[in-house]
Amino acid sequence: MSPLTISQGSSKHSAYDLRDPYSEVQETHTLTVIVDNEPGVLARVIGLFSGRGYNIDSLTVAEVDHTGHRSRITIVTTGTPQVIEQIKAQLGRMVPVHEVHDLTVEGASVERELALLKVTGKGEARIEALRLAEIFRANVVDSTLQSFVFEMTGAPSKIDAFAELMRPLGLTEIARTGVAALARGV
Amino acid sequence: MSQQMTGAKMVVQALKDQGVEVVFGYPGGAVLPIYDELFQQNEIRHVLVRHEQGATHMAEGYARSTGKPGVVLVTSGPGATNAVTGITDALMDSIPLVVLSGQVPTFLIGNDAFQEADTVGITRPCTKHNWLVKDPERLAETIHQAFHVAISGRPGPVLVDIPKDVQFAEGTYTPPQKARTEHYAPKVKGDIEAITQLVEMLEQAERPILYTGGGVINSGPGASQLLIELAESTGIPVTSTLMGLGAYPASGKNWIGMLGMHGLYEANMAMHDCDLMINIGARFDDRITGRVNAFSPNSKKAHIDIDPSSINKVIRVDLPIIGDVGHVLEDLLRIWKSRGRKTNKDGLAKWWKQIDAWKAVNCLAYKNDGPAIKPQYALQRLEELTRGRDRYVTTEVGQHQMWAAQFLHFDGPNRWMTSGGLGTMGYGLPASIGVQIAHPEALVINVAGEASWLMNMQEMGTAVQFRAPVKQFILNNERLGMVRQWQQLLHGERYSHSWSESLPDFVKLAEAFGCKGIRADHPDQLDDAIREMLAYEGPVIFDCLVEKHENCLPMIPSGNAHNDMLLPDDDVRNAITGSGAALV
Repeated sequence: MSPLTISQGSSKHSAYDLRDPYSEVQETHTLTVIVDNEPGVLARVIGLFSGRGYNIDSLTVAEVDHTGHRSRITIVTTGTPQVIEQIKAQLGRMVPVHEVHDLTVEGASVERELALLKVTGKGEARIEALRLAEIFRANVVDSTLQSFVFEMTGAPSKIDAFAELMRPLGLTEIARTGVAALARGV
Repeated sequence: MSQQMTGAKMVVQALKDQGVEVVFGYPGGAVLPIYDELFQQNEIRHVLVRHEQGATHMAEGYARSTGKPGVVLVTSGPGATNAVTGITDALMDSIPLVVLSGQVPTFLIGNDAFQEADTVGITRPCTKHNWLVKDPERLAETIHQAFHVAISGRPGPVLVDIPKDVQFAEGTYTPPQKARTEHYAPKVKGDIEAITQLVEMLEQAERPILYTGGGVINSGPGASQLLIELAESTGIPVTSTLMGLGAYPASGKNWIGMLGMHGLYEANMAMHDCDLMINIGARFDDRITGRVNAFSPNSKKAHIDIDPSSINKVIRVDLPIIGDVGHVLEDLLRIWKSRGRKTNKDGLAKWWKQIDAWKAVNCLAYKNDGPAIKPQYALQRLEELTRGRDRYVTTEVGQHQMWAAQFLHFDGPNRWMTSGGLGTMGYGLPASIGVQIAHPEALVINVAGEASWLMNMQEMGTAVQFRAPVKQFILNNERLGMVRQWQQLLHGERYSHSWSESLPDFVKLAEAFGCKGIRADHPDQLDDAIREMLAYEGPVIFDCLVEKHENCLPMIPSGNAHNDMLLPDDDVRNAITGSGAALV
């Protein structure tokens, strides 16, 4: 059984008792799900969200344990506290799911996303883009006389901010990986 | 014994090692190797159905009446898609099924080959889990895992999709003991602290109620015994969902009848007015709760369920206990006894007085005057004439199903098989065959409506071929009765497409199938006709022509609260209004 031992109507580490359970306020939570990397497992998780009408704001998945064939799925989702608890319980009862963690309530966590941004332009705009990239610690990974491709990692909000600044400077394309997250500390 | 064998042989060996006695199935191109192996052995019986949906419902009837998983074998493509309704039905009602489906050979998967369908894709949302087995070395282990998942925790259907080349290929057989199943092990013991808290609440409650569901039956006969002990030693009244009927005997002194949309007045009123609700293996289904924000407003609620996702899904509870009903009830009783068997005797005495006053309303009353047979009367006579028999009842879906739940009485678990969650018309006939196959000597009756019954009537052929003497008790009102009732309640008596013209002559139909047909159309004929049905050794189609426009009451109109029921004497026209009209 997964270590998600549910008691008192919620996951063990959940701060559910500290939140208003009847709240209709939409909360955004980052969930980490450790699953067997078997065929169809991602379809199963996504199907749960679409079938039951839950939101997916962002989703990343990759095998993280090649010998044990375990994948880590990071899902950012939005819902009322009741819906968030339902999502965790529904994930926890799936056969290939080993662990479900709610990083938003289990303590501090680190969230990072990688983005590639293509900015085209000439003259002053081009120089300004490069200057801002330096401030944001974005790297130039491709360059032509008319364009840059910047690579940056950071919290989603930092990428949002950078993309916003690049827009008037000639942002033409953006690719984002979605959030990867880990709990802080041991 | 050599452990090297073909995939097809492994399938049959794995079924034998899992103790399977009977398989419900239908052959086709992609399962022929498995059928060839079935042909060459005598331990497992195969029941040839007439449609794959029938196979799944038979397996459900078998599983629900025995507590063992039902096994289904179908071919690829249409074989698998026809099984989908029954698989979904089993998921909704937590019935353990193991469905084995053939698939086109691995090298053709994805090519739109003949009779190819993405079976694992189609059945992913309607199974607990499913597998496509591409490697014969993994086949036996996967089947063992499938059985383990189907019966562990909250039971449900699983599917194993087996490509034809895997059935032909040689591999090593893995016996059940060596199959890795440890990962999936839902928790069965409840949290002792929470159970103790429930005992404290129970000791003080003035108006407690036990609201029991199918989970008690799924937990096994021991759980029903513990429920009886709990109810009778504490004196707490017991109500049950449709799925839980029989877990507490209808003849028991604490029984106050089924609750819910067509439940008894006293049960629904008690749910509404209680101060402690103990939900045991039920899931606050919308047929039970009525209007959620008016559901039992003044009670503390405890919820015992093996599935964590059932907790707080619909109704916020004060005390969740995750665990198997049997285990939790055992701990609950032990702790209650060790603390001196305390209850609030004064409170309970007043509570029972109130319940008796509600009972006096006589909510199941109906007028039995005209020349037509009232469906309620037909069921009362059926109950009377079959009382004391070793009896199992299945139903189709609709008015007759609710009347059967109201007027037939069950004194033990696993005796009542009905499609609760999905509400599948066409369930009852094949389910009755599945029950009869499991209990060849018992009396098995399918209480049906003619419309539902026609949906899977081809299975009469199966009943005749396999000598399953099932009694098809059809309450024939030549209407889709429940649809008609809702049109009367909600749609201004505009009966859009809710009647059937050109119904078959059921007596001649019985003859055509090679079984017995009986018709009754007057109350005076009924007893003799029922006796004739019971006396006949083979399958019977009983065409009971009943009152055409009878309404199924009492009823909580959708959108209403428990204490706002339609009773037999109320005017039912336009009873559903406002936001309730959007509900089903």
